[in-house]
Amino acid sequence: MNIEPYRKIAYDGLWKNNQALVALLGLCPLLAVSNSVINSLGLGLATTVALVLSNTIVSLIRSQVSHEVRLPVYVLVIAANVTIIDLLMNAFFHELHKILGIFIPLIVTNCAIIGRAEAFASKNTLDKALADGFFVGLGFTLALMALGALRELIGTGTLFSRADWLFGDIAKHWSIQVFDDYGGFLLAILPPGAFIGLGLLIAVKNVIDARGK
Amino acid sequence: MRFPTLPSPHLAPSNSVSRIMLQVLVALVPGVMALVWQFGPGVLVQIPIALISALTAEAMVLLLRKRPVLPVLLDGSAALTAVLLAVSLPPLVPWWMTAFGVSFAIIIGKQLYGGLGFNPFNPAMLGYAVLLISFPLQMTAWLPPLALAHATVSFSDCVALIFQQVTHASFDGLAQATPLDTLKTQLGLQTHLDEIQSAQVFGGLSGKGWQWVNWWLLAGGLWMIRRGLIDWRIPLSLLGSLYLLAMFFFLYKPALYPTPLFHWFSGATMLGAFFIATDPVSASTTPRGRLVYGALIGVLVYVIRSWGGYPDGVAFAVLLLNVAAPTIDCYTRPRVYGHKA
Repeated sequence: MNIEPYRKIAYDGLWKNNQALVALLGLCPLLAVSNSVINSLGLGLATTVALVLSNTIVSLIRSQVSHEVRLPVYVLVIAANVTIIDLLMNAFFHELHKILGIFIPLIVTNCAIIGRAEAFASKNTLDKALADGFFVGLGFTLALMALGALRELIGTGTLFSRADWLFGDIAKHWSIQVFDDYGGFLLAILPPGAFIGLGLLIAVKNVIDARGK
Repeated sequence: MRFPTLPSPHLAPSNSVSRIMLQVLVALVPGVMALVWQFGPGVLVQIPIALISALTAEAMVLLLRKRPVLPVLLDGSAALTAVLLAVSLPPLVPWWMTAFGVSFAIIIGKQLYGGLGFNPFNPAMLGYAVLLISFPLQMTAWLPPLALAHATVSFSDCVALIFQQVTHASFDGLAQATPLDTLKTQLGLQTHLDEIQSAQVFGGLSGKGWQWVNWWLLAGGLWMIRRGLIDWRIPLSLLGSLYLLAMFFFLYKPALYPTPLFHWFSGATMLGAFFIATDPVSASTTPRGRLVYGALIGVLVYVIRSWGGYPDGVAFAVLLLNVAAPTIDCYTRPRVYGHKA
């Protein structure tokens, strides 16, 4: 099996064309829920599952869908997937689902998902579409978690607080108090902190890219 | 002794950036003196803290950007930002808040956009807004004015309090809400305006202490207009629109809305009108645009004070209009001589 195309897919999804840091897609959930690592991870995983499912289905039906109606069809596929994920999260991660609220149904409108369906899955075979969905989702999740960690650390001085909402009771004590006696820094938790934090992350990525050249 | 003789024309040297900044700092002196007189010497501790943090932050970014450090540091713009922010902070906020606010203003508010002349926002107000949003508790704890102070706070007390060598308890005992703050909370409790304004903190035109600070800042501002440092249009339209709007609502319901002069002489009105809104970089630049810009700030200040979530709205009003300034300029471009409008 030739591994080269997959390596390119992974590199594109995780770094070179990272949906959050380079394409700047899906900013609405990215900015709204990234105020803690666990919120970020929850939404990132939901987005990744939605991406993998929709990429798979779009790739499977790509020869049946005519060019004129492709976008409505993709939206329907994505909406169906997201509804499933929404209901599952409500059942199994109820507390987290309450916090993430409207942003889980809003994954439907996440441009990153329909973007990958249109630009990649509708033109590639199942295996590649699957890999693309996985790595793009992973890249999105990692960027989201980096932003979440940054904001949680600066905003409240903790990391992985409320991890039990996602990992169950064993995670009750995963929360790390990084700074003791920390007064908190509200700006980082509030929306401006998301914009400034994302700007700084993009800057860091650009610096790394520039150094690499 | 020989003096160097320069060829004609023998004119006064034209204004440079550092000369203007220095004169604005001089114009701030009466306001700072009034602050010291009414609220104790805390501001005299805040200004050096702010200056040191501003110059350090600026120097660090300039080194990172591989730009010449000394000429930029000496142009005085960072110093002015620092002093403006220090003057608008409550006199006894902890030192790290001042240092953080000023560094944020310089690094994110100014240098990240490309330095002096490229910043879309007024850096001092950006730092103030960040502090106000992040630390609402400390940012609303002002000292009682001279007339109400039970004990005078000496310079060494201020140093100790600002560097937090004393416990918080004594500071909490000292702190008091500003007139604007009292007004907002009490109106929220359905108290009648007359009843509110009979409270001790009110007096004279606005609040005891506050009116003096605003008078002296007004004096400094008028001096700047006389020297041609700032355009009269922005302060005039700002104060004018604030006055008209406040007058309208005062006449409409005197039981709910304080007098226009109360708005003029409380909070950061005069500081905003003469020192903040007139920032040549972030303000509107066309003559008609400046009138619109100032008037809209006045409207926003009134709206935020009367119906917004914060007691004073000068910082937010200025920041919002900073965003709008390029658009205002675009629609108010003066007619070029010889061309039709």
